[in-house]
Amino acid sequence: MKPKFVVGIAVIAVALGYMIYAGVTQSAVYFVTPSELGSDAVAGKAYRLGGMVERGSVKWEPGNLSLTFALSDGKKTVPVRHKGAPPDLFGEGRGAVVEGSWNPEGYFRATHIMAKHSEEYKAPHDTSQSGVKELMRTLSGSGK
Amino acid sequence: MIPELGAGALAVALALAVYGCVAAAVGGRTGRPALVESAQHAALGVFTLVTVCLGLLAYAFLTFDFSVRYVASNTNLGTPFYYRLTAVWGALEGSIVLWAWMLSIYTLIVVLRHRTGARDLYPWALAVMLGVLSFFLLVMTVPAPVFQRLSPIPADGRGLNPLLEDSGMITHPVALYLGFTGFTVPFAFAIAALVTGRMGDAWIATTRRWTITAWYFLSLGLLIGGWWSYHVLGWGGYWAWDPVENAAFMPWLTGTAFLHSVMIQERRRMLRLWNVALVVLTFALTLFGTFLTRSGVIASVHAFTQGSIGVFFLSFLGVVLLLALALLAWRWDTLGAQGELDSVVSRESAFLLNNVLLVAAAFTVFFGTVFPLLSEAVRGVKVSVGAPFFNQVNVPLFLGLVFLMGVGPLIAWRRASLENLKRNFLWPVAIGVVAAAVFWLAGVRSTLAVLTLALTLFTAATIAVDVVRATRARLRAGERFPGALGALLLRHNRRYGGFVVHLGILVVAIGVTGSQAWSVQTETTLKRGETANLAGYRVRFDGLAASEESNHFKVTGTFTVAEGRGAGAVLQPAKKFYPQEQSPIADVDYRLGFLEDLYMVLGDFARDGSQATVRMQVNRLVSWIWIGGAILTLGTLLALVPERRRAA
Repeated sequence: MKPKFVVGIAVIAVALGYMIYAGVTQSAVYFVTPSELGSDAVAGKAYRLGGMVERGSVKWEPGNLSLTFALSDGKKTVPVRHKGAPPDLFGEGRGAVVEGSWNPEGYFRATHIMAKHSEEYKAPHDTSQSGVKELMRTLSGSGK
Repeated sequence: MIPELGAGALAVALALAVYGCVAAAVGGRTGRPALVESAQHAALGVFTLVTVCLGLLAYAFLTFDFSVRYVASNTNLGTPFYYRLTAVWGALEGSIVLWAWMLSIYTLIVVLRHRTGARDLYPWALAVMLGVLSFFLLVMTVPAPVFQRLSPIPADGRGLNPLLEDSGMITHPVALYLGFTGFTVPFAFAIAALVTGRMGDAWIATTRRWTITAWYFLSLGLLIGGWWSYHVLGWGGYWAWDPVENAAFMPWLTGTAFLHSVMIQERRRMLRLWNVALVVLTFALTLFGTFLTRSGVIASVHAFTQGSIGVFFLSFLGVVLLLALALLAWRWDTLGAQGELDSVVSRESAFLLNNVLLVAAAFTVFFGTVFPLLSEAVRGVKVSVGAPFFNQVNVPLFLGLVFLMGVGPLIAWRRASLENLKRNFLWPVAIGVVAAAVFWLAGVRSTLAVLTLALTLFTAATIAVDVVRATRARLRAGERFPGALGALLLRHNRRYGGFVVHLGILVVAIGVTGSQAWSVQTETTLKRGETANLAGYRVRFDGLAASEESNHFKVTGTFTVAEGRGAGAVLQPAKKFYPQEQSPIADVDYRLGFLEDLYMVLGDFARDGSQATVRMQVNRLVSWIWIGGAILTLGTLLALVPERRRAA
């Protein structure tokens, strides 16, 4: 192959290498647990925080789309704030992964709550079932 | 009884496939046609048995045979008839059956089409096909036994994943798997060429249509996947750089590269080594994708079942790569180029650059996808890169590809003269520049959008220049207008089929650009009777209603576009509550339009129906992506029309 082509391909390879390097440094997201985050949270850095939504911690105000809850890994608890309705697979006592950053005022600002779609199912849940039945009654009763 | 029959059929099929593989290879080595013929019978036997298995599995689903674990896990008494059929391949075990079935069909077509043609290559290609088939049958027998019994037999099954209750589930996996398995054929012929040492262009010519077919189905699978994501997942997008998507996208990129580089080999006898490497890589990436998504090493929104299956795929991938590398090393001296690159400004180098960019894109997607594994192994920190990484790195590559899409088909072979460049590109460049200026003046302030649209129009203009010029030549030769264009497309169907496919890709590119640059969304909570505004739409919340469907409950919100744009349209986004699921599933509603879609997702709601939180999106130009897919289909069909003998 002629040197011109070798040089050309080398230039492309270097450019690609640089783009990948820049891309990684700019969009790296660190996976952490609440205890890992608690010890050395850096404001502004992008994190993906995974934990259990603590029972009794979820507060959802539809009026101003404010969702607050606490994520815990059993050792540490991190308060999380999110703007937007709770996603479908979100609930107390369940696992959740949130993406966002640490706010120096002392909470985690979630930009994204990740829904986990599982191919296999858990056994039918009696409580949620009865909840739905009750919901059905209320809504049918209230009419349209 | 049915499950035992199925498992038995599978075991026999496995034995037959292994036998056929060995027989074909020995037949190829010793040149004994009787052995090859015997292998053909084995291939027919495997196809029949896998078909029987698929039929038995479908039967088990239709009759609610919950004694089969797979059936019980993926269906229940409420699952409608058609979803019971698609549930056959709704999860891991069944999808492998589908995969093997398609592979057995392809093997059979290879037998029918090539048994009299490619004499030297054929037995080895058959051996490779049956070898790969053996692997999938082994997977179906050991780590993912689809006919495994369940004891005690449950009264009802667990039901199909609600997200899979969609018409897309009929077409998406079928198209995707036809694409994945289709690449086995060029791979088989490449290996056959390596084994026999016939590294000439016969294997390329033999597999051209196969490659186009596989590529087409893979493209279709990706597009339907995007459509499924758009109208089922309810996040309002069609592509998320999720590992599962990337797994299908990587072989598409290398397959596209292969589709182009074979033209260089056919025309200039160059890039032989590269072509073999590309087709091996493409095939390996289809296996790698399955490993990635099925082994659970990478967390994905799809989060498939974990199991020993990953080990199987990784081992097979290792065997394939080692075998291919060994063969490449063995045949190294026959892989040299006979042609030389003459000039940087030539069609060869445009195609070469196209290949470099496509492989670079595949590499970045690969890198980004396995990055969490790498960083954990190297630095002990779990770090992932998200969509921003993929967009940032790939967008420049794709822009370069759009540009080359315009340059490649028109620029001269060997060395383009200034005259040639002027003749072909003066108008397209002018159109591109004018378009950029017009977009800028029209108020488009995103540099990326302006650049993409200008490049897209430049490339579309090159296609127009070529078609107009060629049609004119025919008109001068005395043909009439519509006939002249038709004859042109059909006589040179391969070239113009390619152009139409390029047009389809350009339309997809416009759709992607538009939806990224101009879509808007808002999330808001409305009381009954209240309205929300977004991009000229005034949407009123009219209330909630509950209903009971065959296998779930549904809460439906009614929203009416009050006045102004799209007035009178009623959207009914809903939430579905499946008994087997712990949480509801969003059921989005939308009005698709040529320029923009109105798209609504019901979020949370008050139990008395007085109030609902809703996400509204106005997604721009998304329809162009689906239209582009339709154009791509037409182009592929045109390219596949048997080439006519030219009237000398």
